[in-house]
Amino acid sequence: MAQTVLHKGNTRGHADHGWLHSYQSFSFAGYYNPQRMNFGALRVLNDDTVDPGMGFGKHPHDNMEIISIPLEGDLEHKDSMNNVAVIKNGDIQAMSAGTGIFHSEYNFDRTSEVKFLQIWIYPNKRNVEPRYDQISLNLEDRHNKLQQVLSPSPDDAGVWIHQDAWFHLGKFDKGVSTEYSIKKEGNGVYTFVLSGEVIINGETLNSRDALGIWDTDKFTVEAGTDSEFLLIDVPMKF
Amino acid sequence: MEKTQILVVGRHPEILATVVRLVNNNPNWNATGCLSDEEAIAAFSTRDFKLVLLGGGVDEISEYKLNEYFCAEKPSIKIVQHFGGGSGLLSAEIFEALGS
Repeated sequence: MAQTVLHKGNTRGHADHGWLHSYQSFSFAGYYNPQRMNFGALRVLNDDTVDPGMGFGKHPHDNMEIISIPLEGDLEHKDSMNNVAVIKNGDIQAMSAGTGIFHSEYNFDRTSEVKFLQIWIYPNKRNVEPRYDQISLNLEDRHNKLQQVLSPSPDDAGVWIHQDAWFHLGKFDKGVSTEYSIKKEGNGVYTFVLSGEVIINGETLNSRDALGIWDTDKFTVEAGTDSEFLLIDVPMKF
Repeated sequence: MEKTQILVVGRHPEILATVVRLVNNNPNWNATGCLSDEEAIAAFSTRDFKLVLLGGGVDEISEYKLNEYFCAEKPSIKIVQHFGGGSGLLSAEIFEALGS
């Protein structure tokens, strides 16, 4: 029988650094909640808003798959592999930190905020060679259907990472529903609502609510209103 | 109050320095950073370590060797893999490992 965990948006951790407002679905930095450490291999889901021109200075990472999804505005990325890029709404960026990488992230815009999701997934292999990837997605490909934006395979749709994880984005009109089949036995799915109302397993989720579901092989996602959401399909044991 | 001693092992000098600095931001913790297995084994007897963080670049062979040595020397030692490289995960990982 399917098991679920509900994380209401207003129960997330919150950090206010003036230039940065970060809502944290799982324990991160100064937010520590032993009940909110991870959902399987999903370790971080930060919902960040950064003031114009501000950002995260150069800092290191290792052994983590780091995915950024801009929701509004432009995010500038620079790293120790000499990648310099600006990602915007409709793009997705993936970075395998592996043996170690330094990077910075700034709001590229000097007048508007940037809002983005930063998601960290535990890798299935440690100490890999660091790598970086970003792509632009066709927003129409998620209208009333699920758009795969991440997978474990370089040959599949979206960016890829070192983990048996799949991400899908959906932008559904009210009343539209779809059945999602979990990609791999032992995986679970963490659904994070970006806007509107989404119903899963009889549970109504509003903007920034999340529902984790596992011990099942499929479930139905229904849009209670026009809505946008992200499905994060990850191993529950890794 | 006596500080909790934490041994950090990692192969990337700058990341190791960052992890040590971030651990030491907590006034109740004191970190000792080591780049090599030999350095870590030598350091282990110098303090009453409660926790070992195995960071980036420590391969499975080293991990096995260090686990075996540290557990033989001090069966109560907690040894965890540190993911993320001195990131926002660090404090929560340490709290979890120490059961605090």
